[in-house]
Amino acid sequence: MTVTLHLKQPPSVPLEAEVLSPNVMAELSNSEIRSLVVYHGKRQVPLEEFFDVEGERSDELILHGELTKVRMIGRAMSSGSITVHGSVGMHLGARMTGGSIEVHGDASDWIGAEMMNGFIHVHGNAGGQIGAAYRGALAGMKNGTIIVDGAAGLEVGMRMRRGTIILGGPAVDFTGLQMKGGTIILLSGAEIRTGAWMNRGTIISLKPLQMMPTFAYASDFNPTFVNVYTKRLKQFGINLPFTASQGAYQRYSGDLSVPGKGEILVWQPA
Amino acid sequence: MLRITGGKIYDPANGIDGQVKDLCVDDTGTIVSSVDGGRTIDASGMIIFPGGVDVHTHVAGGAINFARAMTPEDHRRTQAFIRTQSRRSGLGGMAPTTFATGYLYAGMGFTTVNEAAVPVLSARHTHEELADIPIVDKATLTLMANNEIMLDQMEAGEYERAKNVVAWYIWAAKSYGVKAVNPGGVAAWKWGSDAKQLTDPIDGYNSLTPGKIVTMLATICDDLGLPHPMHLHCNNLGAPGNISTTIDTLKHLEGHRAHIAHSQYHAYGGDDWDTMCSATVQLAEYFNTHPNITTDAGAVLFGDTVTITADGPWQHLLYKLTGRKWGNLDVENETGCGIVPYTYRPSNLVNAVQWASGLELMLLIRNPWQVFLSTDHPNGGCFWRYPEIIQLLMCADFRSECIKTLPDRIKSKITLPEIDREYTLYEVATSMSAGPARALGLTRKGNLGIGCDADIVIYEEEDDVARMFSHPRYVIKGGEVVIEDGDIRETPEGREFLVKPSCAPETDEFMRPLFEDCYTMSFENYPVEFERIENPNMQECVNASEK
Repeated sequence: MTVTLHLKQPPSVPLEAEVLSPNVMAELSNSEIRSLVVYHGKRQVPLEEFFDVEGERSDELILHGELTKVRMIGRAMSSGSITVHGSVGMHLGARMTGGSIEVHGDASDWIGAEMMNGFIHVHGNAGGQIGAAYRGALAGMKNGTIIVDGAAGLEVGMRMRRGTIILGGPAVDFTGLQMKGGTIILLSGAEIRTGAWMNRGTIISLKPLQMMPTFAYASDFNPTFVNVYTKRLKQFGINLPFTASQGAYQRYSGDLSVPGKGEILVWQPA
Repeated sequence: MLRITGGKIYDPANGIDGQVKDLCVDDTGTIVSSVDGGRTIDASGMIIFPGGVDVHTHVAGGAINFARAMTPEDHRRTQAFIRTQSRRSGLGGMAPTTFATGYLYAGMGFTTVNEAAVPVLSARHTHEELADIPIVDKATLTLMANNEIMLDQMEAGEYERAKNVVAWYIWAAKSYGVKAVNPGGVAAWKWGSDAKQLTDPIDGYNSLTPGKIVTMLATICDDLGLPHPMHLHCNNLGAPGNISTTIDTLKHLEGHRAHIAHSQYHAYGGDDWDTMCSATVQLAEYFNTHPNITTDAGAVLFGDTVTITADGPWQHLLYKLTGRKWGNLDVENETGCGIVPYTYRPSNLVNAVQWASGLELMLLIRNPWQVFLSTDHPNGGCFWRYPEIIQLLMCADFRSECIKTLPDRIKSKITLPEIDREYTLYEVATSMSAGPARALGLTRKGNLGIGCDADIVIYEEEDDVARMFSHPRYVIKGGEVVIEDGDIRETPEGREFLVKPSCAPETDEFMRPLFEDCYTMSFENYPVEFERIENPNMQECVNASEK
C-alpha cells in the first residue's frame, strides 16, 4: 500500500508543503490527507486543491509531477520513504531524522539542510547549499547520506558536521565552506574555493581541483577508509579508486587561515 | 474600578508578609482604600505580589537589535506570537522582538523594566523600540563612563563642567539616569588596550584613572539628585581574579549611593581560567557591611543565549575564547558595543562557577533590599527564565539536585553547597519588586500602599515554584487586568520615566564646538525631542542634601 499524489497543475507561487511527509500520512485516511493544509504563498489551502490523492495510511509516499515550486517535501521526516517522479523544489528533506527520499528528476537548493540522519538520492542535478546549515546556524547536516548523480550549486555541505555527500557531476564554488566534519565526495570535481574555512572533515575529489593558497600539500597516500566507503557505495554504482596500483590521493590540509584541520584528497591516477 | 478580595498579600514596602487583605483600585489605576462598584476578583487562597520590576535588562536599542539580526537560527526554533485582534506578532527566544518582550514580561508578572545601557547616539532608536514594548513601564540609563567629552572635563579637573555635561546628555537622551560601563576601559580599547586597574592612568589620558571616573560620576549622580544612583558595570568583567578590581571599585564609592550591575560577573577568584573560582563570600561581605550600595545578581542559567554589552573589549575577548560569531558596533566617542552568542554549559567549569556565583550572591547578601533578581538579560540567560532562578532560591533541595549534575571538580571552587538558606515569598517579593523599585527611586512601583500604581500580580499558590511564577493567574497593570488565566487580555501602552536634571544654560554652547569637532551628525539632530517620547512621565531630581 502506498500513498500516491499527482500534481494537478504547477502552483503559480511557491507551495510550502511540509505535510508531504510519510510521518504525516502514515496514520491518515484518504480524505484526511486531502484536507491537509498547505501554504500557497500566504494562503492556506487544502492539499487536494493541488494534488490528486490515491491510497491512505502508508509511509510510502509517491509523488508525480512538475514539483519545482513545491517546497519542504519530507521536511523533518523520521521514517518511511518518498519517491518523486519529476523535479522538486527547495528544502527537500531538510532537518529529516530518518527514512529515505529518491528523486527521479532534479532538485533545488537546501536539500537535506541540517538533516540529522536518513538518505536522499537525486538522480538529476541539484541546487546549492546541499546538507548545509541554515543562515546563522552553527552546524549543517549532522548525519545521513546525500547522493546527487548530477551537478550541484554553491556552498555544498556548508558547515556540515558529519555525514556524507556524494556528487556525480561537478559542483560550483565554496564546496565544503566552513565544514566542521563529515565527508564530501566529488566525482567530477568542483570550481573554486573548495574547502574554504573548513575546520575538519574530508573532501575527496577524483578530478584535479584549484586549491586555495591556504591549503598545504601534505603527502600522497591511500587511506584505508576509502575501501570501506567503496564497499558501501558500490550498490549505487559509485566506484572510488583506492589501490596503490591505480594511483594515490594527494592530501592537502587546511584551511590554514581558520586555522583548520580539514583535509582535501585529490585523486592522482598512476 | 477593581476590588481584589481574600488574597494573601506580600508587600515588603509596607511590611505586609502574607496577611489577608482587600485591595482596591480606582479608575486612574491607583491603589485606594475603598471603591464603590466595579469588578471584584476573588483571590481567596491566592498570593498577591506587587508587579515585578527589572532593574537591569537590555530590551531595546541598537545592541539588542543587532543581536536579533545576528541570531536567525534562534528565530526558527523559538516561540512565535501569532497576530490576533489585540496582539501583534513577534518572536520570543534569546532576544525577543519588541512586542513579544512586553507580552513575555507581563506574562511573568513584571510591569516595570529598566533598559540599562543606551548610548545617546542610539537613544532615538531605543525610544522608538520602547514605544513598541506594550504593557510594561520603562526607564532607560545613558552610557556615560567612556564619553570622551565628559572624560576630557574630568581629566582637566573641571567638576562643574563635567556635571553639566552629564546632565545635558541625560536630557539629550531623554533618559532616567547614568550607566557606567567599564569606566575608561572602552575608551582605552580605542587605543588597543583596556583598563583593569582602578589607579592606572587610562590610555589616551595623562592622569585620569578609572577610579577617578567612578568617584566623580557617583558624586555627579548624587549632586544632580538623580532618583537612581550611578548604575555601574565595573572594570575587568568576567575575568578570573577580578574580585580585587571589584572591591577596589566599591572602595572608591565610599560615602556615595551606587548600584552595581550584574555583580556575579565581578566576583571571581583565581589566576586564570583553570583556577577560576567563586569569590562571592568576599563580595557579599562587603555588601552586608555597606548598605549604601545595591546590586543585581546577573545570574547565569545553563543554555543558549546571546551576550550584549557596551564593554567592547570584553566581547572581543569572549569572541576569541568561543570562536563563535562576533558583532561590534561603532558608537563614535561615546561608548562601545559588542555582541557574541554564547552557550552556558554545566560541563564547563567556568560556566558552572558562574552559575553558582549568581545564586551565591543572592543567598549570601543577607538583605534582599540590596540584591535583586536579574540575569542581565540576555547575557546570563533570558528574562523569561527568572522563575527558574526563583525556584533555585526557594528550594535548597532542588539546588543540591542541580549541583549534583555539575562536574566533581567544581566542589572546591564554589560555596553554594554549604548554603542552606531558602528565600521566603516575602524575600522574593522584595528582591524582584519592592527592592529594585526602591533602588530605581520609583516610589509608586513595587508597592501596594495607598496612592501607588496598581501593578498587581496574583499567583495561584502551588508547590512547583517555577510554574507558579511563570504563570500568574492575573496580572494587573495600572488597574487594568492585562493577563487572566494565561491569556493576554489587554495590551495598554506603558509609560517612560524621564528626569531633567538641572544643567547650566550655557552648556549647549559649550558642547556645540566640541561636538561638531568629532561627531558624524549635526548638533541639532542629536538630542531626542521630548515630543518623540510616547507617554512620558517626569520624575523629580532631589539632591541628597535637600532630602
